[in-house]
Amino acid sequence: MKTPISYFVVLSGMLFAIGTVGVLVRKNALVIFMSVELQLNAVNLALVAFSRLHGNLNGQVLAFFSMVVAAAEVVVGLAIIVNVYRRMHTANVDEASLLRW
Amino acid sequence: MAPDEIVFWVFAPISVGSAVAMLFQRNAIHAALFLIVNFFTLAVFYLVLGEPFLFAVQIIVYAGAIMVLFLFVIMLLGVDREESLVERLRGQRPLAIVLGLGMAAEIFVTARASLGLARGPADFDQTVNVGGNAQALSRVLFRDYFLPFEVTSILLIVAAIAAMVLAQRRERTPAEAAHEAEAA
Repeated sequence: MKTPISYFVVLSGMLFAIGTVGVLVRKNALVIFMSVELQLNAVNLALVAFSRLHGNLNGQVLAFFSMVVAAAEVVVGLAIIVNVYRRMHTANVDEASLLRW
Repeated sequence: MAPDEIVFWVFAPISVGSAVAMLFQRNAIHAALFLIVNFFTLAVFYLVLGEPFLFAVQIIVYAGAIMVLFLFVIMLLGVDREESLVERLRGQRPLAIVLGLGMAAEIFVTARASLGLARGPADFDQTVNVGGNAQALSRVLFRDYFLPFEVTSILLIVAAIAAMVLAQRRERTPAEAAHEAEAA
C-alpha cells in the first residue's frame, strides 16, 4: 500500500468536522442524529488507519466494538425521537424546550 | 501511481462531497441517501486498508441495517416537513462553520506533524492478516477481547429491550389528552 496513513487520518478529521458542524447547525433531530453517525464513522476510519499503521489488529477490534455501540445507540436514539415526535408533533430540537427555563 | 492511491483519490472527494451534501439537504430523506453514499466510500477505504471483514460489516450493518432504520423513522415521522431556517441563537451558524473548519485544520496539522508520510508495514497481509483478515480478527477478538465482546451482547439486549419499552404506546392519561387538545 503506497498511500500514507496520514491521508486517511486527515480525511477522517474532515468527516468528523463536517459531522460536528452538522450537529451544531441543523435543527431536525433526525439529521442531527445522522451527523453523529457520520462522526462515529470518521472515528472508525481513523481507528482502522491506525491499526494499519501499527501493524496489529487492535484498532480493528475497537472499530468493530464502536459499530456495535453505534447500532445500540441508533436503536435507542430513534425510539426517543419517535417518542418526542408523538408528544410534540415535531422533530425540531428548538421546539422541544420543556426543560428550558 | 499505485492502485490504492488511485482508489483513495477517487473516493476521498466523493466521501467529503457526500458528507457536505448531507449537511445542506433540507429534506431528511436526501440527507439519509447522501449518508449511505458516504458509508459506502468508507467501506471502500476499509478494503484499501486491508480489512475485508470490516468492509462487509460496514455495508451490512451501517449502509444496510442502520440506514434502513433511519429511513423507516423518517417515513414514520413524515417526509414533507422542511426545516425552518430561523436561528434561535444569533450567529450560531457562522460560528459553527468557522469552528468546524478550525477543527479540520487542527487535525490536518496534527496528522502532518505526528505521522508525516508513514505507511506502516508493507507486508501487512502476510504478517498480521495470517490466514485471512476474518480469521486473524477473530483470533484477537476471542482471545484478547473476549470479556468486552461478551459485554457487548448484554449491551445489545439492553438496547433492544429499551427500544421496545420506549416505543410502546401507552394509554393516554386525562391530563395528557387535555394538553394535546390544548396544543391542537
